[in-house]
Amino acid sequence: MESNLNWKEYVITRAIRAAGYSTILFVVLIFYFLLVEGLPTLAEVPLSNLFSIRWYPIEQYFGILPLISGSIIVTLGSAIVAVPLGIGTAVFISEISPRWAREILKPLVELLGGLPSVVLGFLGILILAPYLRVLLNLPTGLTALTGSLLLGGIALPTVVTIAEDALDAVPRAYREGAWALGATRWQTIWRVTLPAARSGVLTAVMLGIGRAIGETMTVMMVTGNAPVMALSLSAIFSPVRTMTSTIAAEMGEVSNGSVHYHTLFFIGMVLFIISLIVNVTASAVVFRSQKRAEKVLS
Amino acid sequence: MNEKIVIENLSLQYDDGTESLRNISLGIPENAITVLFGPAGGGKSSLLRCLNRLNDLSEVKTMSGRIWLDGENILDPKTDVIRLRRKVGMVFARPVVLPMSIRSNITYGLEVMGEKRRSRLEEAVERSLIQAALWEEVKDRLNDPAIALSGGQQQRLCVARSLALEPEVILLDEPTSGLDPISTSKVEASLQEIKKNYSIILVPHSVQQAARTADFAAFFLQGELVEYAQGKTIFTAPTDKRTEDYVTGRFG
Repeated sequence: MESNLNWKEYVITRAIRAAGYSTILFVVLIFYFLLVEGLPTLAEVPLSNLFSIRWYPIEQYFGILPLISGSIIVTLGSAIVAVPLGIGTAVFISEISPRWAREILKPLVELLGGLPSVVLGFLGILILAPYLRVLLNLPTGLTALTGSLLLGGIALPTVVTIAEDALDAVPRAYREGAWALGATRWQTIWRVTLPAARSGVLTAVMLGIGRAIGETMTVMMVTGNAPVMALSLSAIFSPVRTMTSTIAAEMGEVSNGSVHYHTLFFIGMVLFIISLIVNVTASAVVFRSQKRAEKVLS
Repeated sequence: MNEKIVIENLSLQYDDGTESLRNISLGIPENAITVLFGPAGGGKSSLLRCLNRLNDLSEVKTMSGRIWLDGENILDPKTDVIRLRRKVGMVFARPVVLPMSIRSNITYGLEVMGEKRRSRLEEAVERSLIQAALWEEVKDRLNDPAIALSGGQQQRLCVARSLALEPEVILLDEPTSGLDPISTSKVEASLQEIKKNYSIILVPHSVQQAARTADFAAFFLQGELVEYAQGKTIFTAPTDKRTEDYVTGRFG
């Protein structure tokens, strides 16, 4: 009986450990294959070509700068939409809304998060793009702005859910302390509750941005996919192409092992590094504020 | 003796059906420490939280009766709750320092009132910390995060924070329940000091503390006010049998 138990224990421990290590293994493997397939680009394409502003692979122009700028402009745009709206919604759900409204709102937001992005893209093409075209008098509705708005909608549930959890975790005593000092509801939220939930809210923002930068389907459908370098602010009203949609659109028709093929993997590598930076920054920020809290508590 | 607060026939029932206060009538004198004591669940905290209307934010089902503060019924729906809470400060059982520096913890209440002059804020920080017997310990590190203070210091900071607003009444809900004896005696000493200028209502965390600090004492049992008298009387010669049993340690 006892040895049987030990044996079970052994298997379970090993299985859990294997599951844990496999995550690390997968990330390493993904990065390895990206490097193997992407790095040859550096030998095949002159750097002056690779970091130029012209992406036209059929004519051997492999400038990835317009794609990077496209990704950045759409992501920043979506952050401008999703962050204030998301934090505002989280504050409303956690601090202001009556209990019955909270019980409806939270599942609704989570449902929004589960919406397939292709559906949102479809709505974007059918409704948002024509509307924006008429409203802003543009030659086409498929612009960086359209992509930003939709991506904002995609990042929104992530921001709301995580920020709301963080606000909810702030002890009720903090709020009562502020109320007892004669602070109004708004003063309490702005000066006490939000600062207390700061690290969680920052995580929410970072994960939202991460979600936006990696999104493919929606942006491919609504941003127009013109690899044009964004040089001024007005670029938000013209079509752009992001790194993700380039990979998705062109990977299917590229010949295996060609220069174009390697360059697409190189773009994937750049994307991987960018989202790595976003994630590391997020956890560094959270870690630092946690460490500070530990330091002052000890 | 001047009565600062007069409570008339106050009854309170929570959403979940528990009755917390049953027809309480009580007069709270000015410039004295009034102690509300009794076993847990007696309605002491509920009563405190009525006095600054913090109960507005809980699930209260019914509340009836009147509470007169300087001749004004504060349970009137038209009462300006924010102004009331500035007049009636509160210190909680667990010290709740706000997530900011020691100085900001004290100036926060004044800032939300609209006080901007630095000189006034600085003056309030020093005055209230001295009154709460904390100044000597923190005067060199006012910009440190308040959470870095020890439990006793945090609680005295909470007292100082209430004093900074220059309230007229201070409510204390078991302010020393988490503190060591030395910190407790410091808090009690500062209460004796500040009662000259304020009306203090204290829910103590033990009968001994009640006996040590009370000028007047009210004994609560299951939502009922059993006995209310001068501190000396109630702890030496209580008239009600239940009070006697409790203060002599026969139950509770």
